Amino acid sequence: MLRLDGVDRSFGGRRVLQNVSFDAEAGRMTGFVGGNGAGKTTTMRIILGVLAADAGQVTWRGAPLTRAVRRRFGYMPEERGLYPKMAVREQLVYLARLHGMTAPAAARNTDTLLERVGLADRGNDLLEKLSLGNQQRAQIVAALVPEPEVLVLDEPFSGLDPLAVDTVVDVLKERAAAGVPVLFSSHQLDVVERLCDDLVIISAGTIRAAGSRAQLRATHTAPRYELVVEHDAGWLRDHPGVTLVELEGARAVFELPRGTDEQPVLHTALARGPVREFRPVVPSLAEIFREVAL
Amino acid sequence: MNTLAATQLVAAREVRAKLRDRTFLLSTLIFLLIAAAATTLPSLLSGGPATVAATPEVSAELRAAGLEVREVPDDAAAERAVRNGETDAAVVAGPTVLAREEAPADVVAALSVEPPVRLLDPTPAEPPGAVLVPFVFAFVFLLTSQTFGVQIAQSIIEEKQTRIVEILVAAVPVRALLVGKMIAGTVLALGQIALVALVAVVGLRLFGDSELLNLLGPAIGWFLPYFLLGFVLIAALWAAAGALVSRLEDIGTVAMPVQLVVMIPFFGVIFLSDNAFAMQVLSYVPFSAPTAMPLRLFTGDAAGWEPPLSLALLLVTALAVLAAGARVYEGSLLRTNGNTSLRTAWRERETVN
Repeated sequence: MLRLDGVDRSFGGRRVLQNVSFDAEAGRMTGFVGGNGAGKTTTMRIILGVLAADAGQVTWRGAPLTRAVRRRFGYMPEERGLYPKMAVREQLVYLARLHGMTAPAAARNTDTLLERVGLADRGNDLLEKLSLGNQQRAQIVAALVPEPEVLVLDEPFSGLDPLAVDTVVDVLKERAAAGVPVLFSSHQLDVVERLCDDLVIISAGTIRAAGSRAQLRATHTAPRYELVVEHDAGWLRDHPGVTLVELEGARAVFELPRGTDEQPVLHTALARGPVREFRPVVPSLAEIFREVAL
Repeated sequence: MNTLAATQLVAAREVRAKLRDRTFLLSTLIFLLIAAAATTLPSLLSGGPATVAATPEVSAELRAAGLEVREVPDDAAAERAVRNGETDAAVVAGPTVLAREEAPADVVAALSVEPPVRLLDPTPAEPPGAVLVPFVFAFVFLLTSQTFGVQIAQSIIEEKQTRIVEILVAAVPVRALLVGKMIAGTVLALGQIALVALVAVVGLRLFGDSELLNLLGPAIGWFLPYFLLGFVLIAALWAAAGALVSRLEDIGTVAMPVQLVVMIPFFGVIFLSDNAFAMQVLSYVPFSAPTAMPLRLFTGDAAGWEPPLSLALLLVTALAVLAAGARVYEGSLLRTNGNTSLRTAWRERETVN
């Protein structure tokens, strides 16, 4: 487990991170979401040792990070970059070797991953000859090629075409399934929703929520239900405890205070006539995010 | 993997990239051509020994002196040969030497008897041009350290500009990046010089003055350590300068101070080379030592204990600049927008375990 514990960071007196603590568990995809300037990139840079924390610490498997440990991390920085005038395959092998791999292992891994993201036939081209989308694929390979124990990816999907997103999602899921904690930030909440097991929400430098998606839903949004009756559902407005979210003739979405039994609402509806649908509504990530971060 | 292994990887990549760089290959080729031309052309163009027109009576004597003799029937024909340029000189009755503008030294020597000379306090004879040797070394050092220094700075800026630096520093210590680049620069610079020197030596052996060559031998022995440490010092300066800039277009703003720090001592040495005291001082100042001390050694002005002392000073300064350069680099490498002031870079270093 990768754990951040009370991490603080200021830049020139401006506090950017305040008491940031969360875990990225082995074998799980952890989505790290927050608005621009919320502190995602700074947090990730601190994990990778590119920036230092003013206070607090980051641990991996219970031990504080050292350079030797971090060398086994894979990192995709928000500011992308590889050597434009170097062949794709050659620089990926070089990066793998900088992470401590032997030359044959680095070459083997590079070839496997280039194949996997559909760049096998471009390995000998200079990076600058590749399309932007393909450069992004190469960038993902750069993070994966050292067979990292931990993956930290800053906005891995931005700039990818939909097809490439699918490929990258598959590769990342494989890594997670192999027991690697995968921490990735994104502002594309729909992608995060589809992908993450756990979620960390940061806003203005503080962690607003962290945990599995189900947990966050349970703790941060009120229970919500959808009811479809035969005629008009307007009576719900006067039902005790009900907060109406949407009302369209016979269809209504409403919330109940946490811990309230929803069955009395159903009984009332049945007493008024036929009920076509009655079900709990799972709030979307965007809704949780709005609830928590704003 | 430790820092040393990382440094080696970085250096190897830099060398490989450079060996594929057309500009570098072309400039090396041009240097080689210049070296070949400079050592072979003078003797090829000078046209060998002087030609002399002479009557048969004196021709044997002149031939024995190694001159090319054209026999003419009489003195009038000899004079004609000189006038219309068929020969460089002529020997007529007297004997009198005829020539057009200058007295032909080799012809005169062939006909003269030199009195024996006994030197009481002899100095080894220096072939013409020997005086220039240390200055040629100094110039080669200046040219090479500036060229390769700029390239080290460019390589550092390029990694910042393309943003790959963040991946790199997440994996290896900043020192490894910096030292790796400097090692690569040193290897390439020495390699290029060795190649040029090889061509020059072969050229001199085949066509030129091998006496000059013998003179170069011991001087090169001292030139090497000074070149090496002096290069490290200047490379470290360039590395620190490169760290302050985030775009290649802006390199000019930091290049000027570094160039001055290198050029001023160089010209100091050139202009003060006759002032023994100034030269002694300059041969200890780390920035001028690589040119001043070999010069003093060459002229025999320096005592035996002096070069090790000045080399030690140079080494300490080089290491200090290297450490300072690394610190500036650490403090500025994530500032990828705009230039970083030296002060900010010095203070804002990230102290990560």
